[in-house]
Amino acid sequence: MTEIFGIPIQALMGQLMLGLVSGSFYAMLSLGLAVIFGMLNIINFAHGALYMMGAFLAWMGLEYLGIGYWPSLALAPLAVGVFGVVIERSMLQWLYKLDHLYGLLLTFGLALVIEGLFTNMYGVSGQPYTIPEELSGAFNLGFMFLPKYRAWVIVASLAVCFLTWFVIEKTRLGAYLRAATENPKLTQAFGINVPLMVMLTYGFGAALAGFAGVLAAPAIQVSSLMGSNLIIVVFAVVVIGGMGSILGSILTGLGLGVIEGLTKVFYPEASSTVVFIIMAIVLMIRPAGLFGKEK
Amino acid sequence: MSRRAIAYLMLLAAGLAAPFFIYPVLVMKVLCFALFACAFNLLLGYTGLLSFGHAAFFGAAAYVAGHAIKVWGLPTELGLLAGTIAAGALGWAVGSLAIRRTGIYFAMVTLALAQMIYFFFLEASFTGGEDGLQGVPRGALLGFIDLSNDLNLYYFVLAIFVFAFWLIYRTIHSPFGQILKAIRENEPRAISLGYDVAKYKLLAFVLSAALAGLAGATKMLVFKFATLTDAHWHLSGEVVLMTILGGMGTVFGPLVGSSVIVVLQNELADKVGSLVTVIMGSIFVICVLLFRRGIVGEIIAFYKRMLGQKA
Repeated sequence: MTEIFGIPIQALMGQLMLGLVSGSFYAMLSLGLAVIFGMLNIINFAHGALYMMGAFLAWMGLEYLGIGYWPSLALAPLAVGVFGVVIERSMLQWLYKLDHLYGLLLTFGLALVIEGLFTNMYGVSGQPYTIPEELSGAFNLGFMFLPKYRAWVIVASLAVCFLTWFVIEKTRLGAYLRAATENPKLTQAFGINVPLMVMLTYGFGAALAGFAGVLAAPAIQVSSLMGSNLIIVVFAVVVIGGMGSILGSILTGLGLGVIEGLTKVFYPEASSTVVFIIMAIVLMIRPAGLFGKEK
Repeated sequence: MSRRAIAYLMLLAAGLAAPFFIYPVLVMKVLCFALFACAFNLLLGYTGLLSFGHAAFFGAAAYVAGHAIKVWGLPTELGLLAGTIAAGALGWAVGSLAIRRTGIYFAMVTLALAQMIYFFFLEASFTGGEDGLQGVPRGALLGFIDLSNDLNLYYFVLAIFVFAFWLIYRTIHSPFGQILKAIRENEPRAISLGYDVAKYKLLAFVLSAALAGLAGATKMLVFKFATLTDAHWHLSGEVVLMTILGGMGTVFGPLVGSSVIVVLQNELADKVGSLVTVIMGSIFVICVLLFRRGIVGEIIAFYKRMLGQKA
C-alpha cells in the first residue's frame, strides 16, 4: 500500500476529505458572520444556535411530518431565516446605536435560550438522521473511497458560498448592500431602504446558518450542543481570517478545516486545539487577521 | 463617620452574621462568585474590555490549587496562592495575545483561547478529565484551625473576599484605576496623553485573571473538587451576566448580580432542570434590552434623579 510520511494514503485522503467537510461548515458559518457583521456591526453569537436549529428543524420535519431531506434543505433555512428576521425586528434593531458589545451579549443570551429549549425537549444526546438514498454509498476513485454525502456537502457549501459572493460583489442588490455597509446614511439618502436591507441581511445570515445545519444533519448526529461547540471554533476562524473580505472568509474556513483534518492524522492530540494555536500565531504576526484591514 | 463607611460596616456585619441564618455553604458559594464577578468587573466595568474567557482562569486556579493541596500536600493557604499565581500567569499569556485586538475581536480571542485551555484540561491527566479532581482535603488554616468545619471555613472565605474586595476597591480608586477609566472612555486620548495603554490593559487583565483565580481556588476548597464546569464557556458567560445584571462599572453591582444569579440557580436547579439555561439567557436578553445599567446602576441613576429634582 502506498504511504506518505508513514501514513497510508487512504487514511490521509480520508482525513483530508473530512477536513474539507468541516472546512465547508467553517466557511459557511464564518461567511454568515462576516455578512452580518458588515451590515449590522454585530457579532452574532446565536449563529451556532441557528445552525443547530436548522439541523433540528430538518430532523423534526422528517420525524413528525415526513418531510424528506430535499424539501428540508429549502424549508428549514427559510424557517430559520424568518426566525432571524423576527429577532432582528424585535430586538437587535434597538442596539445599533450602542456599543457593539451589546449585540454580542444579546445574541449570547439568545443562544442560551434557543439551546436550552432544545436541550429541554430532546436532551443532549444525538439524534441520528439518515443520509438520503441518492447520496448514500461511495464513489470508488481507485486510490480511495469517497462517500457520496461528503462530496455533496463540499459541493453544496461551495456553491452556496460562491452564490453569496456573486450576489454581493457582482449584482445591483449587492452593490446597494456594500454601499449601505460603507455609509448607511448616504445610501438611505439615495432612496434605498437601508433598515429593510439590514433586516434581510440578518435573515439571510440566519438562513445560511440553518442551511449549514441541514447539511450537517446526516453527516453528524443532530444534538442541541452541536452549535455551541462549533461556533467557538468559527470565532477563531473569523479572527484568523479577519472579516474584511468574503473570499477571505471562505478560503480561511476551508484551509483551517484541512489543517485540522491533517492534524488528526499526524498528531491527533492537538486536533481540537490546532485552530486556536494558529489563531494565537496569527495574532502575534498579523493581528488584523490574514485578510483583515486594521481600522 | 461618613455614610459610606457606615454602609460598608453594615455590610460587613451582615457578612459576619449570615452563616447563622443561611446555609453557610450557599453563602460561601455566593461570596466566591461575587469575588469572581468583582474581578471580572475590574476589566469590563473599569477598563472596558469584555473578556469572554474568564472561566479559564477560574477553572485553572481551581485545578492547580486542588492538585497542589491534594497531590503535593501543600498547606491550604499555599495551595490557594499557587492557584492564584497560576491564574495570573495564564492571564498574562492570554492577555498579551488578546490586547492585540479590541472590541468584539477581543471578546472572540479570549473566548477561543479559553476554549483551548478547556480542551487542555479535558485531555491533561492531572485534571481527571470528565470526572474532575475530587476529594481535595480542606486542611487546616495556619496548621491549627480546622477548615473541614463549615463555620471556620466560612470566616476564612469571608476574609479572603473582604481582602480581595478591598484590593479591587483600592485599585479602582487609585491613580492606576483612573488611567484604566480613561482608557475605557477614550483610548486614543489616553495614548495621546502619553500612557502606554497596552501595558495598563495587560496589567488590569493579569490582576483580574489572578483574582478570578483566587475565586476559583476558594470555590474548589469549599466544594472539595474542581471540574470541567469551572472552566467551561458557560461559566464565562455567567460571570458576564452577573456583572451586567448587577451593574457594570459599579462597586457593588457584581456582588448584587452574583447573589441574585447564584440564589436563583440554587432555587431553580431541582425545579426546572435544563430550563435554567433558558431563564439565564432570558435574563441576559432583558438586561441588554431594558436595564443596561444593571440593578445597582439603575438605583444610583434613580437616586441621582431624586437629588436633582430636590435641588
